[in-house]
Amino acid sequence: MSTTPARDAARPAPAEGSPRPRRPLRTGSTFAFWLFTGPFLLGLLIFVYVPILWSAWLSFFEARFTVTPSEFTGFENYRVMLTDEQFMGSLGTFTVFAALIVPTTWALSLALALAVNRLRFMRAFFRSVFFLPTAVSYVAASLVWKMSLFNGVRFGLANTVLGVFGVDDTAWLADPNPPWYWLVIVTVRLWLQAGFYMILFLAALQNIPRELYEAAAIDGARPGWQTFRYITLPQLRATSAAVVLLLLVAAYQAFDEFFNLLSKTTWGRPPLVELYYKALGDNQDYGAGSAGALILTLLICLVTLLQGRFMGFGRGEDAR
Amino acid sequence: MRTSTPAPKAAEPGPQGPPRRPGRSAGRPGRPGGPGGPGGGVLGSAGLYAATCLAAFLFLVPFYLIVRNALSTDPEITGEEWTFFPSKIQWGNITEPFDDPTVDFARSLWNSAVVGVLHTVGTLLVCSLAGYGLARIPYRHADKVFYAVLGTLMVPTAVTFVPSFVLVSSLGWVDSYRGLIVPGLFSGFTCFLFRQYFLGFPRELEEAARVDGLGYWGAYWRVVVPNSLNFFAAIATITFISGWNSFLWPLVIGQDPSAWTVQVALSSYMTNQTVNFHLIFMATAISILPLVCVFLFLQRWLVQGIAQTGIKG
Repeated sequence: MSTTPARDAARPAPAEGSPRPRRPLRTGSTFAFWLFTGPFLLGLLIFVYVPILWSAWLSFFEARFTVTPSEFTGFENYRVMLTDEQFMGSLGTFTVFAALIVPTTWALSLALALAVNRLRFMRAFFRSVFFLPTAVSYVAASLVWKMSLFNGVRFGLANTVLGVFGVDDTAWLADPNPPWYWLVIVTVRLWLQAGFYMILFLAALQNIPRELYEAAAIDGARPGWQTFRYITLPQLRATSAAVVLLLLVAAYQAFDEFFNLLSKTTWGRPPLVELYYKALGDNQDYGAGSAGALILTLLICLVTLLQGRFMGFGRGEDAR
Repeated sequence: MRTSTPAPKAAEPGPQGPPRRPGRSAGRPGRPGGPGGPGGGVLGSAGLYAATCLAAFLFLVPFYLIVRNALSTDPEITGEEWTFFPSKIQWGNITEPFDDPTVDFARSLWNSAVVGVLHTVGTLLVCSLAGYGLARIPYRHADKVFYAVLGTLMVPTAVTFVPSFVLVSSLGWVDSYRGLIVPGLFSGFTCFLFRQYFLGFPRELEEAARVDGLGYWGAYWRVVVPNSLNFFAAIATITFISGWNSFLWPLVIGQDPSAWTVQVALSSYMTNQTVNFHLIFMATAISILPLVCVFLFLQRWLVQGIAQTGIKG
């Protein structure tokens, strides 16, 4: 993954074929290992493993307003969550969201990368322009989208532009019928993350051996669609798979823009927003919240593993 | 794409005989923009530039809105007629978020700065040490430890915010810098990135340090870190951005307004009873400014970091 050709060149070939030059102080190495990794592992234990185990424990208890419950309820919390219309509905919301955002981001970031890669002048400028939104937080972008770009009244930019063509004002977020809020939600995330994935595609494009295009030209492949379809796209397969997985995991964790854009609405709640209101809302139900968190965790593990099976993208090491 | 104006370089026939379609460009091998085949031609190139400019324009519209609204008066923003730019630039708006009695914006900026810096320094310190230990120090059970780290990559931290909050609140860390910073320091992913990087670090540099009598610790600080500053800068930039922009965790932890970060403050503007458009957008502009500066000045490291390491966040 991180072994770029440049670094490979800098790395010496393993001296006389010995797997590990472990001459220096063998006794001290166990201590050194824990000296280096100890703080991290301790933190990982306390702030990652303990919470997960604790909440696994909590999920079997009646735990409202308390994190040290006493009333064991078995799988009751799981039953409640799995039959909870809002929680299950949030999984549906995620599905719609993923179906909208994953293909569009993939296509847009790839298109931007192809375009920027072909530019001969001002390439750095355009790359910066597309990349710049990555600096903006989801909260700030949501604010711009909600207050100015897709404001439901006349002075919103979208309504102003549409007004030129005689279209009436649209309540983009305040009305779920028709579901215009998806347009707002998808465009804000598209704007924020397309540049980031463009960078990944650009790096991958520059790694495609030039000889492939030369050979294709000799064989009579037309530049444009044909070389794209039969050379560029297959060569980008690993990056594409990684990007799709990352987009999917990111979509699964979507919170900021839904929370801010749809703050007072009951529609369009993805899993994390639902969980937030369930566990930290008015009735602080940590038991049900923990059960929900574990269900979500299991689902995401499942998706990651399945995708790894299908796309040949296992651990990060194979990503490039 | 365009057959009428073939690129001059493509005129050479391939070694296997004459080109089958003499009029066609062969995609300019050797040009920087080679892959994908520009299709040559002035018109194709003009179309490419037109499309790219249009996309760039659309990408810049939100920035334009922020600047315009931040420097306008409210009547100009909410007027029936669209004003493209304020008739008189309201520089006085700059101080308004700081004078707003409902939201302590200055405090939230300070909180974000403290959290962003400490989050970055702490993550780099803890994760780089662990990454080095996993990559370089021989230990019998190192692979088991590594799998314990890899396992956490399967569970996104955002999904576990409920259990994390349960833990942090029972430690009494709600509304504190500790609560905002410490739980986020132990990123399995950052540790993994450092490990991958150190696996490729030239071994002979460390060997030389060892010969000079330095142990692992000394070699790490005197040789490895000084020779890895580019990588550290890349990770630091990415970590700072994700720390500054994070919202869910600060929202959960910042129950009291005094512990709000700037993102939580911005979010609160959206649900306030009274809406001061110019104030809100000025606050947004101020909150984005540090990161835009980071982007413009550190972009080299950032792009390199992203391209090298894959991803973060």
